[in-house]
Amino acid sequence: MARSNFSVLTILSVILLLPVFSLSFSPDSPSDRRLLVLFDYLSLKSSHSIFFNSLKSRGFDLDFKLADDPKLALQRYGQYLYDGLILFSPSIERFGGALDLAAVLDFVDSGHDLIIAADSSASDLIKSVATECGVDFDEDPSALVIDHRSYAVVGTEGDHTLIAADDFIESDVLLGENKIEAPVLFKGIAHSLNAANNLVLKVLSASPAAYSANPSSKLSSPPSLTGSSISLVSVVQARNNARIMITGSLDLFSNRFFRSSVQKAGSPKKYDKSGNEQFVAELSKWVFHERGHLKAVNLRHNKAGETNEPAMYRIKDDLDFSVEIYEWSGKSWEPYVANDVQVQFYMMSPYVLKTLSNDKKGLYHTSFKVPDVYGVFQFKVEYNRLGYTSLLLSKQIPVRPFKHNEYERFITAAFPYYGASFTMMAGFFIFSFVYLYHK
Amino acid sequence: MAVTKTEPINGSTTKSSAPPLQSMPLKSDLLSILSLKSLRLKTKQQELLIRVSILCLVYVLAFITRLFSVLRYESMIHEFDPYFNYRTTLFLTQKGFYEFWNWFDSESWYPLGRIIGGTLYPGLMVTAAMMYWGLRFLRFAVHIREVCVLTAPFFASNTTLVAYFFGKEIWDTGAGLVAAVLIAICPGYISRSVAGSYDNEGVAIFALLLTFYLFVKAVNTGSLAWGLASAFGYFYMVSAWGGYVFIINLIPLYVLALLITGRYSMRLYVAYNCMYVLGMLLAMQIRFVGFQHVQSGEHMAAMGVFFLMQVFYFLDWVKHLLNDKKLFEAFLRITVTCAVGVGAIALGVGTASGYISPWSGRFYSLLDPTYAKDHIPIIASVSEHQPTAWSSFMFDFHILLFLFPAGLYFCFKRLSDATIFIVMYGLTSMYFAGVMVRLILVATPAVCLISAIAVSATIKNLTMLLRTKSKVSQTGSTKGTGGGKTSSKAMLDQSQPFQRNGAIALLFGAFYLLSRYAIHCTWVTSEAYSSPSIVLAARGAHGNRVIFDDYREAYYWLRQNTPPDAKVMSWWDYGYQITAMGNRTVIVDNNTWNNTHIATVGRAMSSYEDEAYEIMRSLDVDYVLVVFGGVTGYSSDDINKFLWMVRIGGGVFPVIKEPDYLVNGEYRVDKGAAPKMLNCLMYKLSYYRFGELMTEYGKPPGYDRARGVEIGNKDIKLEHLEEAFTTSKLDRSYLQGQAAK
Repeated sequence: MARSNFSVLTILSVILLLPVFSLSFSPDSPSDRRLLVLFDYLSLKSSHSIFFNSLKSRGFDLDFKLADDPKLALQRYGQYLYDGLILFSPSIERFGGALDLAAVLDFVDSGHDLIIAADSSASDLIKSVATECGVDFDEDPSALVIDHRSYAVVGTEGDHTLIAADDFIESDVLLGENKIEAPVLFKGIAHSLNAANNLVLKVLSASPAAYSANPSSKLSSPPSLTGSSISLVSVVQARNNARIMITGSLDLFSNRFFRSSVQKAGSPKKYDKSGNEQFVAELSKWVFHERGHLKAVNLRHNKAGETNEPAMYRIKDDLDFSVEIYEWSGKSWEPYVANDVQVQFYMMSPYVLKTLSNDKKGLYHTSFKVPDVYGVFQFKVEYNRLGYTSLLLSKQIPVRPFKHNEYERFITAAFPYYGASFTMMAGFFIFSFVYLYHK
Repeated sequence: MAVTKTEPINGSTTKSSAPPLQSMPLKSDLLSILSLKSLRLKTKQQELLIRVSILCLVYVLAFITRLFSVLRYESMIHEFDPYFNYRTTLFLTQKGFYEFWNWFDSESWYPLGRIIGGTLYPGLMVTAAMMYWGLRFLRFAVHIREVCVLTAPFFASNTTLVAYFFGKEIWDTGAGLVAAVLIAICPGYISRSVAGSYDNEGVAIFALLLTFYLFVKAVNTGSLAWGLASAFGYFYMVSAWGGYVFIINLIPLYVLALLITGRYSMRLYVAYNCMYVLGMLLAMQIRFVGFQHVQSGEHMAAMGVFFLMQVFYFLDWVKHLLNDKKLFEAFLRITVTCAVGVGAIALGVGTASGYISPWSGRFYSLLDPTYAKDHIPIIASVSEHQPTAWSSFMFDFHILLFLFPAGLYFCFKRLSDATIFIVMYGLTSMYFAGVMVRLILVATPAVCLISAIAVSATIKNLTMLLRTKSKVSQTGSTKGTGGGKTSSKAMLDQSQPFQRNGAIALLFGAFYLLSRYAIHCTWVTSEAYSSPSIVLAARGAHGNRVIFDDYREAYYWLRQNTPPDAKVMSWWDYGYQITAMGNRTVIVDNNTWNNTHIATVGRAMSSYEDEAYEIMRSLDVDYVLVVFGGVTGYSSDDINKFLWMVRIGGGVFPVIKEPDYLVNGEYRVDKGAAPKMLNCLMYKLSYYRFGELMTEYGKPPGYDRARGVEIGNKDIKLEHLEEAFTTSKLDRSYLQGQAAK
C-alpha cells in the first residue's frame, strides 16, 4: 500500500513538475522561471510581500525557504532545481542542507542568477559570497552608510542613515525606459567594487558626502569608505551571462520602503512614493533576463552573388556577411535594432572592420572585399554594451591565394614579351633554314 | 668483385683468354659433366653475365639491407619531415595534381597558413604517387603508406645502378661494380634511405648522382643528347631537393677548373650550355624555385660561367679568324677586361637594386660554419646541422675514409675530364660534410666512387701480378691488358722476389678489409639507422625489449578527443607529426619559414604562465603539447631543447634573456635552478605533478631520470591551463583554460 502510494506520488510529481521543467531557463527563452528565496526568518515573507508578489505576477515560481533549512539543495541529480537565487538572509552563518559558498558559486558559474541583500547584520558567509562576486562589503560590522546631505527627511532628526539616493547609472537596459523620478530609500551597509573586476557595475552609488561608519559612536579615524566610491546597489554580468545584483540594504526591498513617501534633504520636492518599487522591479527584470538579453544567430557569409557558404575564400573575393541579432523581451525574441554592431575580418589583428547595417527586423548585413592577404581569418562580432549580454561570435574561414589558373591571361603589359618570344622563334627557324640550305 | 674486362674468375673456364675453338677438345669432357650447352659462353658474354648478375645481386642487396626497420618495428614512416611528405603524398593521391599544386594548407602555421604547393619540392611526392598509380594500374592493391615506406630503398637500389655506370664512365667497369657494391651498403647513405625514411634525400641522391653521371657522359661524348638528359636529371633533382644548389655550383666550378687548366673543348661547351640553359628553364618550372634560379646569389656562379663560356667560344672564333698572334693577344686583353667589367657591373647593379637576392643564411652557414651559431639560431638548433664529429665520419664511411685518399691518388695519376670531376665532387662534398652532419649524405656517393677506384685499381693490379707470374707466356699474348693499365705493366717488368706471395697477402688483406666493411655496414644499419625515432625501443631490466609508443599515443589522443578545429601549440619539432597523425591545426611546424612565429611560441614557452596565456590567447591556442622524458630517461625531450626555445624566442623578443634561465652559465632544473626557469611555462608543464612521482628505486620522488637530478619545483600549480592527457611515459598535452581568471 505504502509502496503504491509512493509510486503514484512519484508519477504525480513528475507530471506536476513537467511543465515546470519545460518552462525552465533555456537558451531559447532565457528568462528565469523558478526562484529560490532564502530568509533568515519567515516574517520577511510578509514584510517584503510587494516585491515577491510583483515577481509572482510576472510569472515566476517562488520557493521560500529558511536559510538554515536542512533540506536545502540547489541541484538534484546534476540538474539545477532553480534558475535564480535570492539571498535575503544576511545574518546566516551557515546554510542548511547541501548549500554552501561553493554551491552558490557553482550555481552562478553555470549561468544562473543571484540577488544578494545584506544589512548591518551581514555574516561572513554573505560577505564572502559578495567578495567572490566582485564587491567588498565594509569590514567594520557596525558601520552603516551615513550621509548628512542627501538623507531622507523623516519626522525626527535621526542619524542620517536612511538615505535618499538618486545617483543612478544611466542605462535604459538596466533601469528601464521610464526614468525613476523619486529617490530610492536605502538603509544599510556600504560596499565597494573590486578594482580588478571589470564586470561589476555600480547601479546606485552614494552621494559624494556619504561615508561608512558606526552612527552611534564618534568617528575616531577617517572612514575607509567615503563618497561616491561607496556603492549602494551593484550588478555583475558574468562572462557566461549570469547576472548578479548586490546591495547592502535588505530594507530596500521591503514593503515599508516601497510605500513610504520620500523627501530628500535640502530638496523642496516631496514624493508620495519612493522610487524603490520601480527601481527594484526594473532591476530585477534585468537580473532575471527579462531585458537586455541578446542572441546572435545565423551568422552567414557567402561570396557575392552566391548563396552557399564556401569552405574557403580566395583573396580579393567579394563577400556578403550577415548575422541576426534578437533581444529577449521576456516573452519572445524581438529584433534588436542598433547601428553600432561591427564585424571584424580578423587574423591576429582586424584587417576589415565594418559597421553592419540592419533592416530593423534583426538582420544585420554588410559586404566587403577579402583583403589581399592569405591565412586563416575569423569573422568576429564582438558586441559589448552596458547592460546587454555580450555577444562574442567568431567563425573561422581560411583565405587562400590565387590558384595557378586564376591569374589574368594575356595582359597587355606582357605583349612585348610574347612578341619577343615569337620573333625569336621565327628568327631561329629562318636562321637555321638559311644556314643549312644556303651554302 | 675483382672482375677485369677479359679475365673473369670463373672456374668453368680454365683458359679464359684462349679462343673457343682451341678449348673445344678440352671442353668435351667438361661438357659431359655439365651437359649444359648454354653455359658455354664466349668470354665477353661470360663477363657480361657475371657483371649483370653482380649488379642484380647488388640491386637486391641495397633494397633488403634497408628493410631492418620494417622487420624490427613495422611498416611506418619515420622521424619528422617524412610525416609531412607522407601527408602531402596522401593529399596528392586523393585530390590529384592540380589541387596539390595549388594547395593552401590552413592546418599549419595557424593563423598564417602555408601555401604548400608553392613551398615544397614536389619530386618525392610525385614519384611516390606515380609508383602508387602504376601499381594500382597493375591491380596491386597497395596502400600509399607502403609505397612511401619503400620509396627510399627502391631509389637506393637505383642509385647503385647509376653508381655502376658512373664508375664505368670515370674509370672502368670494375670500378663501377665496386662502386655499386660500396654505395649499396654505405652507412652514410643508408642513414637517410632506410625503409620508412620517406624524405627528399632518398630520391635526391639518386637524382644527384644521375645528373652528375649524365653530365660527365655529356662532357666525355660532347653529345647534345646526353646534355639534354643531364638537364632532365637536373630538373628531377631540383624538383626533389633543395640540395640542387650543390649541383648548380659544382658544375660551373668544374667547368671553370677545366677552363683554367686549359681543358676547354667543344664537348664541354656543348655539354655545359645545353645542361645549363635547359636545366635552368626546367628548374624554373618548380614553383618553389621559380625566378630564384636567375635572381638569387646562389645561382649566379652558374650564370657567370655560362657567359664566360660564350666569351671563350667567341675568343676561339676570333683567334681562328685573325690568325695573328699579336693582334689576338691585344684583342684578348680588351675582351677579357670588358667581359669581366660588364659582369662585375651587372652583378653590382643587380645586388644593389635588390634584383639579385643575397646569399641565404643556410648558404652562408655552409661556407662559414660559425655563421649560423651567431646569426640564425633556428638553423643551429637542428641537430643534423651541427658540425660533424670525427667519429661519425668513421661511423658512416669506415674503410672508405682511408680508401678515399688512395682513390684520389689513382685519379690524379690518370687525370681526365671525368676524374677531374669526381675529384672536385669528392673534395667539395667532403668539406661540406665536415660543416654539417647531414651533408655526409652528399659526400657518400663521391667517397664510394673514389674508394671504388682505389679498390678496383689495387685489386686489378694485384690479380694481374698473380696471373702474369703464373702464366707469363699467356699474358704476353693477352690483348685485353691495354689502355690505362700502364702501372700494372710497369710492375710486370721488374719482377721482385716474394712478389707473388706479397700480392696474395695483400689481396687477402683487401678482402679482409672489405668484409669488415660489409660487417660494419650491416651492424650500423641494424643498430643505429633503423630506428623510426617515433617509436623508441629500450632494453628492460631483464633484457627484454621495451617499446615506447608514446608519441603516437599522444597524437591519436589528440585526433580522437579534441575538437576538429582545435589548435595545438608545441615546439616546431612536432608540428608535422601533429598535423599528419593528430590531424589538428598547429601553430608552427618543421618547415621553419617564419622565424617570428616560432619565436612567439618560444617566447610563450619561456614566459611565466600568465604572460604565456596572453600569447596563447592571441594565437587561439586550445592545447599545448609538451614532450617530457624525465620518467623514462628519454633525453631529447622539450626540457633539453628548452634553451633553444629561449634563444630563438630571445632573438626576436629581447624580453627573453638567456642568462635568466641559467645559473652561472649552467643549465639546471634542480633546486639550484634560476627562479625564472623554475616558473616558466615549459618547466611547469613538464614537471606538473612530477613531484609526486616515484621514478626510480632509491631516489626521492620527482627524480628526473633524463637529467639525473631531483627537480627544484615540486609544488606546481597551473593557473590558466589544465592537464588534458598524459601518456603513460612521455608526452603530455594540456588543455588551455578557456576563460581568463
